[in-house]
Amino acid sequence: MSGEVPLWEVFIRPRNGLAHKHVGSIHATDEVMALQAARDVYTRRGEGNSIWVVPSAAITASDPDQAAENFDPTGEKIYRHPTFYDIPEDVGHM
Amino acid sequence: MSLFEGVLELADDHLVLGHRISEWCGHAPMLEEDLALPNMALDLIGTARSLYEYAGKLEGAGRDEDDLAYLRGEREYRNLLLCERPNEDFAHTVLRQLYFAAFMQPYWQAALKSSDEVIVGIAGKAVKEMAYHIRHAGEWVIRLGDGTEDSAQRMKNAVEALHLYTGELFEPGAETHALPDRTALQPTWEATIDRVFDDAMLSRPVVQYPQTGGRKGVHGEGLGHMLAVMQSVHRAHPGATW
Repeated sequence: MSGEVPLWEVFIRPRNGLAHKHVGSIHATDEVMALQAARDVYTRRGEGNSIWVVPSAAITASDPDQAAENFDPTGEKIYRHPTFYDIPEDVGHM
Repeated sequence: MSLFEGVLELADDHLVLGHRISEWCGHAPMLEEDLALPNMALDLIGTARSLYEYAGKLEGAGRDEDDLAYLRGEREYRNLLLCERPNEDFAHTVLRQLYFAAFMQPYWQAALKSSDEVIVGIAGKAVKEMAYHIRHAGEWVIRLGDGTEDSAQRMKNAVEALHLYTGELFEPGAETHALPDRTALQPTWEATIDRVFDDAMLSRPVVQYPQTGGRKGVHGEGLGHMLAVMQSVHRAHPGATW
């Protein structure tokens, strides 16, 4: 059966003020059933107060084979990483 | 009928249906339903626990929730026949759930105005759970009823088999202000069912001779088997605690 049922990606907002975060995927025939399935599978322990479901087919993902050219160069640009500053203790955690 | 008996009837409805739904755990047609159905079972069993606990207090004979759930025989159970109907296929299961939830949601809504504080407390939690059960089961009834040739036929079979048992929902219950009047809920129930059936391409049958008897302890053969399974651990280990 699941071979015919589309896959959906589930995003949950844990509380107001935070962004929806990807938590996993579910199978469902349409968006209404997908929301219900997401509610039953991913919010059983009070995980959130809002759910988004998106057809997995609607997501375009970066190619893992291009990971080196996509992501490695940022590691070289150490001036983008604010690790050179002494932060006064009074400022606390930044 | 006393408030004790009225609360016990409700408790039996919830435990028996909760146990029936829990029988799907590990057997549901898809993984997502395998989590959704036990979710609903736990809602029902949770409500049953609160009701049994309160019934035990009202009775004042020292019986606790375990005694009431596990140490009564088939003829002492006062649940609706609808709740004990076997799962059969998935169409039967979701329709039975819709029928029950469409009754209990307005019941708990009315119970929010009860003169009894414990009933108001239980209703406050259950009314939200039942609203979800209507939605979840109703969406499945729509998709199966308006689905493939096979699913539509199974949904029609389920309506034919289960509608006989819905008249019992509206039989008068305990004569107390603490519990809502069941007969008054029929129009609301019918409106909910009609709304779902319209989308599901189903029609609500007119039943000439409704099946009743559950409230008097006269049950179908399925309940005895179900209770034998449900009560086996407690009967093998009397007084065991979790």
